[in-house]
Amino acid sequence: MNPGYKLSPVEASYSFAFLDEYAKREIRRAILKAISLPGYQVPYASREMPMGRGFGTGGLQVTLSIIGPDDTLKVIDQGSDDSVNAVNLRRFVEMTCPGISTTSNTSEATIIQSRHRIPELPLSEDQVLVLQVPYPDPLVLIEPSEARRKTMHGEKDYSRLLTRLYEDLIRFGEITISHRYPTRINGHYVLDPSPIPRYDIPKLNRSRALILFGAGREKKVYAVPPFTSAEPLAFEDVPFRTEDFRDPKTGERRPCSRCRSTDSFLDEFLDTKGEKIYQCSDSDYCNHRLFRKGSRPEKP
Amino acid sequence: MGYVAIKGGGRAIKGATAVLEMLRTSEGDRGTPLSLDVIETQLRLLTSRVLSEGGLYHPPLAALAIKQMQGDTLEAAFTLRAYRSTRPRLLETPVQDTSGMRIIRRISSAFKEIPGGQILGPTFDYTLRLMRFDLVDEDPKTFRSFVRRFLKDVPEDRLPTNFPRVVDTFRAEGLLPPASPRDITPFDITREPLVFPVPRSAALSTMARAETGSLLALAYSNMRGFGDIHPTVAELRVGYLPVLLPHPATGETMEMGEVLMTECEVIAMYEEGEDGGSPVFTMGYGACFGHNEVKAISMAILDRALQKGMRDGPSNPSEDPEFVLLHIDGVDSMGFASHYKMPHYVTFQSDMDRLRSTRRKAEGTGQDKTGKGYDPGGDPA
Repeated sequence: MNPGYKLSPVEASYSFAFLDEYAKREIRRAILKAISLPGYQVPYASREMPMGRGFGTGGLQVTLSIIGPDDTLKVIDQGSDDSVNAVNLRRFVEMTCPGISTTSNTSEATIIQSRHRIPELPLSEDQVLVLQVPYPDPLVLIEPSEARRKTMHGEKDYSRLLTRLYEDLIRFGEITISHRYPTRINGHYVLDPSPIPRYDIPKLNRSRALILFGAGREKKVYAVPPFTSAEPLAFEDVPFRTEDFRDPKTGERRPCSRCRSTDSFLDEFLDTKGEKIYQCSDSDYCNHRLFRKGSRPEKP
Repeated sequence: MGYVAIKGGGRAIKGATAVLEMLRTSEGDRGTPLSLDVIETQLRLLTSRVLSEGGLYHPPLAALAIKQMQGDTLEAAFTLRAYRSTRPRLLETPVQDTSGMRIIRRISSAFKEIPGGQILGPTFDYTLRLMRFDLVDEDPKTFRSFVRRFLKDVPEDRLPTNFPRVVDTFRAEGLLPPASPRDITPFDITREPLVFPVPRSAALSTMARAETGSLLALAYSNMRGFGDIHPTVAELRVGYLPVLLPHPATGETMEMGEVLMTECEVIAMYEEGEDGGSPVFTMGYGACFGHNEVKAISMAILDRALQKGMRDGPSNPSEDPEFVLLHIDGVDSMGFASHYKMPHYVTFQSDMDRLRSTRRKAEGTGQDKTGKGYDPGGDPA
């Protein structure tokens, strides 16, 4: 028992970027290893963060380990800067990293942390994209044991994964993997690109920006370094396809109902009259197109 | 039409936080804010559980976490664990000898007579689980008078300061296998990820901070028949363990404080001795912060099951180190279960695209030209 317990100032304070310096250094080492071995899942001792495992704690640890006071951070979830989880993560980084700037503008950001999307605007050499990862290993589809999966990766043995894709074609006439599409990096390791839609997979290939993946619960970090090849697994006669946004009646690509874009990933939903509406999932991209057209984006 | 995608997250979070606080304080004038001492003392087993699952021995902070998380053990342990992430690890304790524990409870279900004797101590085991309606409306005066009466009856002669561990006695007889060597460096799960196969020390530390219910469920599967440990509790002890650390200047070990701990050793079926020696019993070990008996027993059973699995290969889920050790952490599992409440609009959109496309194929409307083909080569994207 501690009658009238008083916390000492040291006990009741946090250091820059929340994690202690040893933890950040360890994660930076894991990141360097991940960049040296493109697509290889580097194990690290993931720390507990003050938000739930599964809410982006892996991405967050990567971001906190590389961020400095001169960085500008953008955080998105489902393509939006204003969704609850994006707001929560951004606030946490702002709170624990005094001096950093935040933005919703894709081109202004030096670090972009994202869940489920890669921004529509092409990224540059000066940017780092940090993706939050629930399942780091694409082989988990066919092999539950991590020890056995590790051997398979080392031996570049993806035969059972390819068989799984082939079986899909036989049963359904389609590869049924929608998001988290297994992608081969630099001709060797196949990675789980995080739950981005297939639409975003081509953006991984020879990306100018460094792409880092952080899996907090599964304790892995991996990377697609700049200008590195990323090929989704496919067959010669069955090419990889991205999501189809064409109207089956007219055969035309559906535009965003707001900015009229015909080259962005669309969210589909029902309006108050029960009619289907399509809008850009990347809110910053949509707003920018509206600005360019001269009309201000509507207020929420 | 307005931008209907996800908006207003900041305002919603603020509102949610306010409602949570409203529910906590909703008694208004009639309410008594919980003090950390009240939680630590009157909800001592709850505090124990959070200390143990949080993996940080700091009872006042565990009590604060319980108060702040409104009694949710998973959330409270999680909050304590997250606080731990912010503290550097300054040094390692040497191996601590639990025979010097200040015992409050100690039993053996294997041996009637044990050196030092059995002490039933604080346990609900033999109390009737009938509602004590007199607790509905209590007065601090009843606290005071009970404590006074209790202390008056405490015998003068002090308990011994050292209780040899039961198994040591039987180890001397050769009925139990020798203890593992003490000079091995334990695996630190807070600084190294589990990459399988892992040593026993990694398994023990993972279980020591595991979620009680998860450990219990897996251990119970072994007890019921998905396994064959058939354990007997050689010793279960609860008490305050003096923590010895080397003095920074002299290097001499000195007592830095004490931690409340539960320790359990089970004896399981015998096996052939090594190198064709006489058969010996096998052992399982469990220990955790706080007073958590079910957890320590479950851990000891699983330790024994995992040792078998590590040696012969698992034949039951509770013997598979990967299956057990990756699914018992409360912070991991509750976080992932909760994350399904977050928006999954993009991935679901992608799922719908696959289903529609597959259905069109099944209906034979053909669609070879749908979607964009993709050439992985080419210029920087």
